[in-house]
Amino acid sequence: MTARAVEGWTLEPLTAFVQEAGARLVLLMTPAGQVLAQSGFTRAVDVMSAAALGAAIYASTTEIARQLGEPPFAGLAHQGERHGIFLAAVATDRGPVVVLAVYDLEVTSIGLVQLFFEQLAADLKSASPKGGEASQVLAADFERELSDSLNSLFGR
Amino acid sequence: MSASGYESALSRITGVRGVRGAMLVSVSDGLVVAEQLMEGIKGAAVAALAASLATRLGRAMEAGGVGGGVFWHLQAERGALLVVPARAGLLVVAVADPGVNAGLVRLELLRAAESVA
Repeated sequence: MTARAVEGWTLEPLTAFVQEAGARLVLLMTPAGQVLAQSGFTRAVDVMSAAALGAAIYASTTEIARQLGEPPFAGLAHQGERHGIFLAAVATDRGPVVVLAVYDLEVTSIGLVQLFFEQLAADLKSASPKGGEASQVLAADFERELSDSLNSLFGR
Repeated sequence: MSASGYESALSRITGVRGVRGAMLVSVSDGLVVAEQLMEGIKGAAVAALAASLATRLGRAMEAGGVGGGVFWHLQAERGALLVVPARAGLLVVAVADPGVNAGLVRLELLRAAESVA
């Protein structure tokens, strides 16, 4: 399974996580939904949808936590009949990285995904460049940035 | 079974000399249901990996036509992992010293497996 990254420092931790946890699809993104890396996706439209939905879920749960006077939730897991979804964030020197993982229940389990997510979090923290948070994409640059990101993620 | 029932089932296992910890693990999701572990044992890691191993071993045993597993004893350099599958998709797991009385631990694991619903 091929992993590709817009931000190169995320690639090695992502590849290790996919191999160890047996995740089928993984997306690393900013809380705003800007994709940093992906593994397992074959279509750009799926990456865009997953990033938008993942960022929306992350924003919703963060707001619920804020209203409850809690820090953001450590992780969110959803188990379906054949697949599970795990969503969690990692604080890095480049700002928070949101991880969305989809796994096949026949292949792995939420326990393994959570276990290797801890390793992914440590790897991302140590690999992140120490130059401060990534700049936010301005609306004016959005389409070009999105196009560049998708080109990087799908090797176009 | 109640949480206190799980605790007493695990207490009988950890009461065996040389047992460092015992836990009930959900096979399908690899999560800890109940645990009594000495400090330094990573319960979540043991649970996730033991459940994964149980799933794979189960498939291998079925493929080999020998039926489901009833007890495994994995001996390592500095300890041992002893596991008995229970009903309701649970595993009863013991982490022990290398020289533990495996027969006695097996007996307690089987008793605990019978007592959990």
